[in-house]
Order: sequence, then structure tokens, then C-alpha cells
Amino acid sequence: MSNIPKDLQYTQSHEWIRRLANGQVEIGITDHAQGSLGDLVFVEVPEVGRRVKAGEGCAVVESVKAASDVYSPVNGKVTASNTELASRPELLNQDPYGAGWLMRVELDAAAKGAELLSAGDYANTLAEAAG
Amino acid sequence: MAFIPHTPDDVARMLETIGVQSIEDLFDEIPAALKIKSLDGVPPALSEMEVGRLLMERAARDGRPLNFIGAGAYEHHIPAPVWAIATRGEFYSAYTPYQAEASQGTLQLIYEYQSMMCGLTGMQVSNASLYDGASALAEACLMAVRANRASSSRRVLMPRSVNPTYAKVAAAIAGNQDIGFEAVDFDREEGRTLLGALQAYSGQDVTALVLQQPNFFGNLEEVGALTDWAHANNVLVIAVVNPTSLALLEPPGRWGADIVCGEGQPLGIPLSSGGPYFGFMATRMQYVRQMPGRIVGRTLDVEGRPGFSLTLQAREQHIRRSKATSNICTNQGLMVTAATIYLSLLGAEGLARVAAASVQRTDDLVAALTRVKGVKAAFTAPRFHEAVLLLDRPVAPVLAALRTRGIVGGLDLAGSFPELGHAVLVCATETKLDTDIGAYAAALSDVMKQSRAGAAA
Repeated sequence: MSNIPKDLQYTQSHEWIRRLANGQVEIGITDHAQGSLGDLVFVEVPEVGRRVKAGEGCAVVESVKAASDVYSPVNGKVTASNTELASRPELLNQDPYGAGWLMRVELDAAAKGAELLSAGDYANTLAEAAG
Repeated sequence: MAFIPHTPDDVARMLETIGVQSIEDLFDEIPAALKIKSLDGVPPALSEMEVGRLLMERAARDGRPLNFIGAGAYEHHIPAPVWAIATRGEFYSAYTPYQAEASQGTLQLIYEYQSMMCGLTGMQVSNASLYDGASALAEACLMAVRANRASSSRRVLMPRSVNPTYAKVAAAIAGNQDIGFEAVDFDREEGRTLLGALQAYSGQDVTALVLQQPNFFGNLEEVGALTDWAHANNVLVIAVVNPTSLALLEPPGRWGADIVCGEGQPLGIPLSSGGPYFGFMATRMQYVRQMPGRIVGRTLDVEGRPGFSLTLQAREQHIRRSKATSNICTNQGLMVTAATIYLSLLGAEGLARVAAASVQRTDDLVAALTRVKGVKAAFTAPRFHEAVLLLDRPVAPVLAALRTRGIVGGLDLAGSFPELGHAVLVCATETKLDTDIGAYAAALSDVMKQSRAGAAA
């Protein structure tokens, strides 16, 4: 069973969202996602300053056998991206909810957190998909 | 002889298995209005003997003229072993390997090819080849848009000194993917792109600049200064180069190009009425994930033995599907095989001798032709192995008259560059002897004289 921290929110496409104290959100991919991809060899993160829309591909994670887009769960502007992953993509395998974060986004005032799943709901989705 | 392995029984059993009445039913999604009953204008099938006869007759109609056209495809001597080796059964497969790692010999050959192209271009990584030079430029433009993350404009500067066919192909392929091409004019005296023409774009958001070296007119661009301008303005530089010239000229990796592409035909591929040829592409390691096409790498197997495998495949369509770096690129395995053998046989020194001889022959040709009354050189810039000449009368009738004397005298530029006047692009490689050049000059002198006499009468 993969690790699903209770204090985060999730998407159907296996991203997680952490609310930061400054009102921004931090985004990454879940333990389940990194486990399914296998050893990552390359991670491409968005440029700081880029505007992202919910559902838009904004990062790429590549393992030896597959490459997947990471979709932004929110609308907003990228304020930071984890450039450490360029030289150490394995951080995402080792610590998907910590050192393996992908980007931080300042949310647009209008649309906030639509369609996000709680930890429990996300666990149920994984269980259904497996069942 | 039937080349389709399925017997009617096989087909019937397969249809039954999937529960379909006929093969036609598999296509019933396509509206009837869009289906054609037959191909109009396609003659009935011919036997091997008939096809052979037809093609021999057509080839004979070309004759064996003395050829002085370059313009993107160049007549070089091809040592006899090149195609004797390339057509061995072990190599004689024209397409990309699908069971890649089962074909270690093919992969090794591609690896050697990539290494040679990196050496020639001064770049860090080469792909396994592309379809041809023009489509390689289109792919390079698409790649530049992906790679230049400092730019969001999708604007590509395309100097008019780039081969106009390449510019058209790039616009046809990449233009439909929301990339805008903007023409940059060349200097009428020098016949190349000047820094001043680019400075109008300084400070603007431009994604990439295409630089052809030598350019379409055969002239050498001041690539160092143009590249420095590009990089100072966050513009990526796409170099379109002639591989033969790289044996003499500074490799694009040294002058700072970010993506290098071009036509591989000069490396042992016959002119063959325009194909098959192959395109090449190389780049810096930092952009490798944006490069289209296959890449072969050297590796070790589980027992530590060296071997070859396809690498960085996550860029490719069998993994990334619609988001692949390209869904139309192909490699030209057989042409690359010939080029690799050609380069192996000539070596760096041999290729440099071919290049130097071609430069010398073109100098001789220009000197001989400009001694003819009514003919002068169009440009002042230093050149490689092509030159633009200006005549004092329309080019087309002159070329037609030369053709009747067994000479293909050059490419008429009236269609692509009407502003140059009566301009013709000529080329001489190491294949042209003094007597060939003398014959062309004598014939041209004669034709021009007759044309003047005709006009006076």
C-alpha cells in the first residue's frame, strides 16, 4: 500500500497539493505515481513565472520505460520550481512528498481547489483501480 | 509471385474470429463519400521486365550531361566499395530496425555514424538520421520551439539566403503547428545576411534563427557574429550545413550553433533524381530530450560485455504517443550505411581533399565563365563550392541552348530571386576536370554570341 499523507489533497491523475503558510500551494506526484513509473531518469519542471491552468501539462517525469506529463491541479502562476531534480531525479522516487516536490504556485483569486480529493478519497480511487 | 502471406482461408478465419463479415466492414467508419473506387491516372501493374524496360528508357532520355547544378544536391565521386559494401545482405535493409537490439550490427553502424556526425559538426549528440535535409530543418524548427524555454513567441527568423525549398518545406511542416517564419533579407553586394538585418529584432522575443553555411548562394555567412547576436537576444541558432564543407570550415559546434541539421547526400549518395537522401541532426547534450529521431547508445549487458541499444526512447512515439518529439520523422538506414562507409574510406583527410578540390574547381569555373562576354559574378563574399553569376540576358534560353550541347549549366534563380536579375547558380565539385570547365566556358561563349546575333538580326 502506498503512502498517502492525510494533510495533503490529491487528483485523479496522481498529483498532490500542499497548502503553504503564505497561501501558495506546493505540487508534486504521489508515492503511487513514482512507484508505477519506476526509477526516474529525468524530470522537467516549469519555468518560474509561467501561468498554468488546471488540467494543463506543466511538468514531465521520465523513467527508463515511460514518460508522463504532470498536470497542474490549479490555476495560477509558478513561483518556484525544484531545479534540484534536474541533476537528482531520484529524489522524486526517494521522497515524493518532500525533496521530490515539483513546483510552487500562487493561486489565481478566482478558482481555488476545485475537484481535489482528500487522502481518503484518493486511497479509495487507488483501491478501485486495483480491484 | 504472391508476397502476402495470408491465404483466403486465413483471412476468412481471422474475420470469423473477430466477428466481421468482410475486410470492407473494417473500414465502415469512413463515410462512403470519402472512399474512392480506383486510382485515376495510375497505369495497370507492370511486370518486373516491363518496369525495367520503362525505367531504362526514361534514364536514357536524361542522357549523360555534364552537370554544373548543386543547389542542395551535389555530384561527388563515390568510391566503388561504398555501395558494394552497403548492398551486402547484412546491411541491405532500407528501414529502421524494429527489433532493434537483435540487430547489433545495424546499431553499431548507426553508433559509428552518430560519432562521425558529432565529430564533423562539433556537437555532443547526433540522432540516427532523418528523412532529408529540408525536413530535418522543419524538425529543427519544431525542436527549437520546445528547447528555447526563454521564448514563448514561436517566431523563427529564416534568412532568404537559406535554400528556398528548405524554407518552403519548413513552413509547410512547422507552419501548421503555430510557428511563424519571418524572412530576413540578404545584402545585394555580398550575397549574405548582415548583422544589421538582424538588429531590427534586437530585444524582441524571437525563438530561433536559421543560418545556412555555406548559404544557398554558396557564400560564407559571418556565422560567429550572427550567432553572438542570437545568443545575446535569447535566440537559439539552427545551423544548416553541408557536411563536406565541415572538413574545411569551422564546425558549427565551435561557432555556437544550438541545433545542427542538413542534407547528407554529398556523403556517398548518388544524385538519383532527388532521392532517397538522408537528413542529419545534432545538438548539445542539454537539448537532447527535445531532439526527434532514434539515438543509439553504447552500453554493457548484464555480463559486462559491450553492446549497443536504442536510448532515450521516452522521447519517441512508441512511448510518448501524441506528445513525442516527432511523429513523422524517419531514419534512412541504408543511406546512412553508405555515408558511414564513405566517411570511413575517405577519413578526415580525404574529405578535406574533396572539399578543397571542390572549392578550387568552383573558383576555376567562375574565372572561366566570367571571362565570357556578358557574364559576371553576382557577389563579393567568400564562397565554398557554388557561385551566382549574372548574365546580360534571360537565363532560361541560355540554359536550354547549353542543354542541347550536353551541359546542365546551373540553376536559374529567376523564380526564387527575381530581384537579382538574370542570375544563375553554378557549382563544380572535384568531379569536374579542366576540360569540362573549358567545354562549359566555350559552349557558353558560343551560346551568348548566337543569342546576341539573334537579337541584332
